[in-house]
Amino acid sequence: MTDYLTPFLEATVRTATPLALASLGESISERAGVINVGLEGVIISGCLGAVVGARSGSVLAGMAAGAVAGMAAALIFAVFVVWLRADQIITGTALTIGALGLTATLYRALFGTSGVALSTPTMGPLAIPVLSTIPVLGPALFRQPPVTYFLYLMVGVVWWFLYRTHAGLALRAVGENPEAAQAAGIDAVRTQGAAVLAAGALGGLAGASLVLAQVGTFTERMSAGRGFIAIAIVALGRWRPLGVALAALLFGAASALQFLFQSTGTQLPYQLFLALPYVLTLIVLAGGTAHARAPAALGRRDLESS
Amino acid sequence: MSPRGPARLPAFAGPVPLAILLTAGIVGVVAVVIAASGFDVAPAFAALVRGAVGSPYAIMSATLVRATPLILAGLAVAIAFQGGILNIGAEGQILAGAALGTTVTLLWGRTLGGGAVILALLVAAAGGAAWAAIPAWLRRRFGVLEVISTIMMNFIALYGVGYLVRGPLQEPTRIYPQSPTIPAATQLPMLVPGTRLHVGFGIAVLAALIAWVAIRSHAAGFRLRVVGASPSAAASAGQVDVPAAITRAFLVSGALAGLAGGIEVTGVTYALYENISPGYGYTAIAVALLAGLHPGLVIISGICIGALEAGAAAMQREAGVPLVVVNVVEALIILAIVGARAAIARRERTTVEAGT
Repeated sequence: MTDYLTPFLEATVRTATPLALASLGESISERAGVINVGLEGVIISGCLGAVVGARSGSVLAGMAAGAVAGMAAALIFAVFVVWLRADQIITGTALTIGALGLTATLYRALFGTSGVALSTPTMGPLAIPVLSTIPVLGPALFRQPPVTYFLYLMVGVVWWFLYRTHAGLALRAVGENPEAAQAAGIDAVRTQGAAVLAAGALGGLAGASLVLAQVGTFTERMSAGRGFIAIAIVALGRWRPLGVALAALLFGAASALQFLFQSTGTQLPYQLFLALPYVLTLIVLAGGTAHARAPAALGRRDLESS
Repeated sequence: MSPRGPARLPAFAGPVPLAILLTAGIVGVVAVVIAASGFDVAPAFAALVRGAVGSPYAIMSATLVRATPLILAGLAVAIAFQGGILNIGAEGQILAGAALGTTVTLLWGRTLGGGAVILALLVAAAGGAAWAAIPAWLRRRFGVLEVISTIMMNFIALYGVGYLVRGPLQEPTRIYPQSPTIPAATQLPMLVPGTRLHVGFGIAVLAALIAWVAIRSHAAGFRLRVVGASPSAAASAGQVDVPAAITRAFLVSGALAGLAGGIEVTGVTYALYENISPGYGYTAIAVALLAGLHPGLVIISGICIGALEAGAAAMQREAGVPLVVVNVVEALIILAIVGARAAIARRERTTVEAGT
């Protein structure tokens, strides 16, 4: 079994990386009271941006372009939702539908209509000395592409930002009670806008890491529901950075199971395992104690009542 | 609050004429997108129009067949939105209805014959309602946001169908991830002989008309609108049991989406597939908004989007323009409507503030 365990854990962390990046971003946005159901569209924009950026041969340029593309998609969302105060859910759905269509169309326009797979440079795993030699967990956590280490860093950074900085406190205040936050002199619109854009950058990076650390090319709809999975992860992780990272690992493990089943020839229906984390998320949401509750102002439109 | 009478729809119902104007503008945007993608606009549009409305056969076998699930799912979304329920789980409810409908026809199709179709459609509707009942209950009992729970339910349904077509419902050769073909007796009869237009289209139109009448003239419809417009006002007026009204609307919404799934199996695909719904549940949001959440207008907006999708398929076949262009158009329609609504609301708010 240990022959399978290490590859399984490695696959878990690898699959979880883009999910965790996207959900970390989404948790920032939701903490400010904005739920971006268009995250799927943000991620697919990041995928296309990464392919375009990596044409130069530089993986780093690809990552940067992915983040910019994600922010561009998030900017559209922000204009409608934060500035115009349009409905968050409907706007987000439109962003997802539109971005999936537009990226596929643009890809064909940029790289030909034949749909020939275009390969990008990819980042290989980078083993961290000493740490990666820890039995079982070492290779899983510390023999990963560099973007995974960036993710570890971001979990800490987001936690520090949300709980240890004034701006993070302001952001959480806007998500809980915008009127009180505004009365305290916080610009709720600007806070929410910044949160949505930051989430867009992380969502774009998630898409870029999908291309540059996993697949190595762009295909239509390659985000494959990861944006929606990320929304589940945020809820399961109770809107906290560390919880979100752990929840992402759980969803990653569920998808890594299918590789494990395929390699061991297990006949168990893996679809049921794929569905399991969603059932678990519903149960966690239903058991909502004070700690598991969504930010009070999540999804609210009215803001400028003060 | 609003001076425009009691029949006013909740905030996201858009002014329909404005939407039509915007749609016209959007057609121009499509032309630009097509042109920017390096395709010739004229032959692409010609193929689109031909594929959608070019012949009686195209209208009936492509456009109206495509419109059928969109009308039913659009209706599901419109009713939910009117009640202030953000049901984005129509996709999962469609799948639940399709899976249960298939099961009924496979189990009893040979013994019950034609009667099994009716049973299958009823069970499909019940399945959709049951799938919606879970987020409805989670909202009522635990205050779980239905936006998040319906997304979860969509995925559970998707993987559930993925399991069924590889497990208990897989076709006998066990090669393809799909169910066996349903018995001929349980396939919906054609509405117009010689085309692929099945009676499911009639059912969809009928459902929309019934919903229209019910919302217009029944107490239940009035309660739905009041709850959607202002739950707190509805509750404090003492006449409306708000949680019950919301649950009922959620169930009706789910039943309509489930029916769409059942009709798709018995009228179009004749088997259950994993990707039996190419996102009808999400496209339905565009259908509902384009209709201004009006049940009767959903028929028209469903046919419009159905025509667009049928035409886009022809455009891909004949002019090589990717099918997904239609998704960009649908997104722009939704954004134009919510954007216009929000901008108008913003201006009204500013005016009110300036007046005080």
